[in-house]
Amino acid sequence: MFSADVIDELKEIRSHYPVAKAAMVPVLHVVQREKGWCDTESQAWVAEFLDVTAIEVFEVVTFYPMLYDKPVGRHTIHVCRTVACDACGGKELWQHLEHKLGVGRGETTGDGRFTLRSAECLASCGTAPVLLLDGERHENLTLEQTDKLLESAS
Amino acid sequence: MIQENKVLSARFGTPDSCSIETYRRDGGYQTYVETLRSRQPDDIIDEVKRSGLRGRGGAGVSPGMTWSFVPKQTDKPKYLCVNGDESEPGTFKDRQILEFDPHALLEGVGISCFAFGASTCYVYLRCEFAEGIRAVQKAIKEAYEAGFFGKDIAGTGFDLDCYLHIGAGAYICGEETSLLNSIEGVRPYPRNKPPFPAVEGLWGCPTVINNVETITNIPHILKNGAEWHAKLGHADDPGVRLWCVSGHVNKPGVYEFETGFKLQDLIDGPCGGMRDGRKLKAVIPGGSSSKVLLPDEVARVTMDTPGIRALGSSLGSAGIMVFDDRTCMVDAILNLMKFYAHESCGQCTPCREGTPWVVKILQRFVDGRGRPQDMELLLDIAANMEGRTVCALADGACWPLTSIVQKFRHEFEAMIPSAKTSSGRTATAAPTGAA
Repeated sequence: MFSADVIDELKEIRSHYPVAKAAMVPVLHVVQREKGWCDTESQAWVAEFLDVTAIEVFEVVTFYPMLYDKPVGRHTIHVCRTVACDACGGKELWQHLEHKLGVGRGETTGDGRFTLRSAECLASCGTAPVLLLDGERHENLTLEQTDKLLESAS
Repeated sequence: MIQENKVLSARFGTPDSCSIETYRRDGGYQTYVETLRSRQPDDIIDEVKRSGLRGRGGAGVSPGMTWSFVPKQTDKPKYLCVNGDESEPGTFKDRQILEFDPHALLEGVGISCFAFGASTCYVYLRCEFAEGIRAVQKAIKEAYEAGFFGKDIAGTGFDLDCYLHIGAGAYICGEETSLLNSIEGVRPYPRNKPPFPAVEGLWGCPTVINNVETITNIPHILKNGAEWHAKLGHADDPGVRLWCVSGHVNKPGVYEFETGFKLQDLIDGPCGGMRDGRKLKAVIPGGSSSKVLLPDEVARVTMDTPGIRALGSSLGSAGIMVFDDRTCMVDAILNLMKFYAHESCGQCTPCREGTPWVVKILQRFVDGRGRPQDMELLLDIAANMEGRTVCALADGACWPLTSIVQKFRHEFEAMIPSAKTSSGRTATAAPTGAA
């Protein structure tokens, strides 16, 4: 399922806790980094790795917005939706992206390149509007800058 | 005039501020080592109590007080969890510490753990903080290599491990008992209190949860003394804070001031006034879970706990959101209530059912289909949510909601088709958003 290096990384994470189950979210982050999302097969693997049942992993995966229980595109965009961004261009940024990519909230473009998601407050309210591209923050975005940013992601 | 007093943010502009070399060059970790060598844990707790420091995460509890609740005679390991889940809308201060001065946080971690006897610290960061995560991860590694974490620190026999723990995008995990469940790897539903975490926290062991900014204050208090801290700003709520200003001002950002300044002076001075010369309409002063202030209240409020309580609001996490006169307040509260509805963990019925219900009603107003009875209905739902749940998320949703319904009633009335408004006007068209 995973390379020896990844297994070592996961064992190191697991060793940070007196109870293996506590490594759940950090381990799932690594799984997601490797597989793109937390697929059922990986969830079963994590259950065994942490000595818990599959449903315990499922309960966690399905709770958190940043753990994906469905496949996503090669690049994931999270646009901040919350009030401070909304008041300072966030709404326009969202509409622009929906229009440009031709997808709605949570959807993936037909070519599998982008998944467009909204996020709740990304703690960058002073530099609104803000989005994450593959987890990296981009602030004070104009629509032109946003277009360039998307072009940089193949 | 209002002047910054840079204590926590003093190193933010230093080149390579995140490296242990520059941090030590600037005197970093000296207080930690001196404290371990020359001070008694009880004495540190007393110093922090006397400093008057209140927690900076939102609840405003004295960390010294929390530490003193940790049992001294116990065979169980004790834990510190640093709460870096910063997700309260309008708040972006902890992120600055993580990204610009992570070692200052880690020095605070060391002193705090020594004070109440913790042997392990988990620094809990939200996963959206990619840059902060990298900075803290590197800082922890450097601190281990320099001997500030690990075994027999500075030859004192004190052992301490420090690990990063990454969340996965849930606001609720900033609630301290939810954070514990998040670390334990179960669904992060908040826990009932008592038992309080200081007695029964992680895996049933004594655990303290403190905010990033709170912990970063600790080395400064130990270095300069409780009296120094107690004299900063307002006597009943002393210290410096990182104030986050967002919204319709010319210069939004994080500013460090002692408590007790006038909010209006911050907006007019360092923030450069209102954007585009517009007029101020409203301020949410302490993160989204605080009650809204009107311009005349903004003009007289001082930013300290007694000052803001006198106007019925709270400083919370110091997230100051400024709205100009183009803002539709119904639209703004709809946006915020969508946040709470999305972030409700679903454990308690009043919150799980109440927050989406409120969204539905507010959406009706924004769509121009508000009904005359809907304002009372919103207040009634809020009354049935507030204080009736395990954690304070529902309370935090109710405070901005009720205050906006009460203070901006006329905006709601204007969105009721053909209804007589309180000014006697007949509303014909519903405003849609910030037009």
